[in-house]
Amino acid sequence: MTSIQSTARKRSTPTRPGDRIFRGTSIAAALTILATLAGVALFLTIEGIPGVLASPDEVKHGTTFIDYVVPLVFGTLLAAVLALALAIPVAIGVALYISHYAPRRLASTLGYIIDLLAAVPSVVYGVWGISFLATALVPVYSWLERTLGFIPLFAGPPSATGRTILTASIVLAVMVLPVITALCREIFLQTPRLHEEAALALGATRWEMARLAIFPYARSGIISASMLGLGRALGETMAVAMVLSASGVITFNLISSTNPSTIAANIALTFNEATGLTVNALIASGLVLFLITFLVNFAARAIVERRKDFSGAN
Amino acid sequence: MTSTLQPTSPPTPSPEIAKSLRGRSLPTWAPKAIGALSVALALVGVFGPVGFWLVFVAWLVAAIVPLWSMFVEGRRKATDRFVTLLVTTAFVIALFPLGSILTTVVTRGAPVLSSDFFTYSMRNVLGEGGGIYHALMGTLLITAAAAAISVPIGLFTAIYLIEYGEGKRLARWIRFLVDVMTGIPSIVAGLFAYALFVIFFGPGVRMGVGGAVALSVLMIPVVVRSCEEMLKLVPNELREASYALGVPKWRTIVKVVLPTALAGIVTGVTLAVARVIGETAPLLIIAGLTDSVNFNLFDGRMATLPVFTYFSIITPGVPPGPSIERAWGAALVLLIIVMLLNFAARLVSYFFSPKGER
Repeated sequence: MTSIQSTARKRSTPTRPGDRIFRGTSIAAALTILATLAGVALFLTIEGIPGVLASPDEVKHGTTFIDYVVPLVFGTLLAAVLALALAIPVAIGVALYISHYAPRRLASTLGYIIDLLAAVPSVVYGVWGISFLATALVPVYSWLERTLGFIPLFAGPPSATGRTILTASIVLAVMVLPVITALCREIFLQTPRLHEEAALALGATRWEMARLAIFPYARSGIISASMLGLGRALGETMAVAMVLSASGVITFNLISSTNPSTIAANIALTFNEATGLTVNALIASGLVLFLITFLVNFAARAIVERRKDFSGAN
Repeated sequence: MTSTLQPTSPPTPSPEIAKSLRGRSLPTWAPKAIGALSVALALVGVFGPVGFWLVFVAWLVAAIVPLWSMFVEGRRKATDRFVTLLVTTAFVIALFPLGSILTTVVTRGAPVLSSDFFTYSMRNVLGEGGGIYHALMGTLLITAAAAAISVPIGLFTAIYLIEYGEGKRLARWIRFLVDVMTGIPSIVAGLFAYALFVIFFGPGVRMGVGGAVALSVLMIPVVVRSCEEMLKLVPNELREASYALGVPKWRTIVKVVLPTALAGIVTGVTLAVARVIGETAPLLIIAGLTDSVNFNLFDGRMATLPVFTYFSIITPGVPPGPSIERAWGAALVLLIIVMLLNFAARLVSYFFSPKGER
């Protein structure tokens, strides 16, 4: 067998120059991607290390790198997690509406309308958030402080401009909503027809059918969609930079005028005035952000990969 | 023993039993009528003079259906109707920000648009006047350069993955890395371009081509993914037919595979351009902002629409009014460009895709 195969292979590969060039070009393109990613990690590390090692009096922020970056990481995680907490229930609802509740003929159009949210540039979200949403939310925040002020999250005093971390999270939630919705919708649509019909035939109502047939099948898909949304929310820069009035503190108070900043927003806001080692520190914080988003995305892919055989999420 | 079984007709249940089997249910007009009333109330609340609180009243009106159903149809049906209400509510909630963004940007941006706004730069402009010509040109140039970098790399990578890499370890790695690349935050892409250019040009470098490199990092994975999907859809029979005629592999790819997938590839590339043309963060870092027109990608700062919008609203100067107006105008122009690109992509895929896949 082996000898036949090897002779067959020898005869079936005539080496034409065109083939060799084309093949070489496409391999080179693929390797460029490898090189780019390696470059991202490498150049950020090279430029970042001096910033990590800089002593407090050499940089503008005047602290060690750890003290500098920890509040930023906290703010990044807080804003992203809040955004997800707001976005996931709505996204699942919207996806279910489009995939199973909306009139069949309208469904794809409605899906397209939600996809439009993903097309809006982030700077437009920022402009909208700062001049419309923030002011619209000011009375809501003072109401929250009056009625729910005993919860530390809403302890206040409420910000007079509305530019709080909760506002930023709402904008982020709107931005990740189409991402999560699109993925969930695809997964819900892949639920085997027979599972759904079996549930209905046993007398289940439409909601019981969703609980019995759709959600178990889509669970890992929903999780990975949420984590991809989390990756997006962690890295989103402009909306947060514009909406949030940040002061770099660690606090769970969501509606006051002193808010934690996020890594990405902090880079965008301070990079242009930064000089010397401060730039390196900012690049190092970018590297931290890259690692966090990488881990989140990696976990999402791993979940999809592990449960690939049992679910529609692939 | 001679008697045979008479064929029996199915027993007709007595009216009481039939009723208990079917169960009581709401009249069919009820959910529709209440839903229509609720929608009408909500529309008045959003567009009318009464106030936004009417939307909540509308929701409460809609909530009558599950409540009524609770007493007539029982718990399970009521839950089902309640979930239907919740799911629809979720969809309506998602529509609010979209509607709000579109109306605010259009109403505040449209009055600013004029021929001067498109043909003047911000050079020597204080206060009123000035325009976005320099930013518009910068955006077009940098995006075009980004597309010129990413489309060949993306397309050839997709060709490698589909045509050459079948089952190879390198292909698996590349697929994984493309996934990783999709998740790179845009600001990190900007920092990468900066860190790369600093090595050659020294600290504080600002260059249009750096912005193009940063955007390419964001654009390449999108192009690869969409091209890969499209090449996958090309039927193997076409390739085999071509091979059977003795056509070399590369000519098969160029003359058979790519033309078949062309509509999809164009759609994918257009969507990728639409995605990066609105990116702000990387350009903020590496391309910067200037008040003058700059056509040279390799020479100094270059204004772009998103960055121009950002600085116009964050640092409006004195008096702030005209600058903020310009920000809304620029935001509207950007939004129109992105929407047009998306629309163009849909049109291409609708009219030029192979007839079977519509």
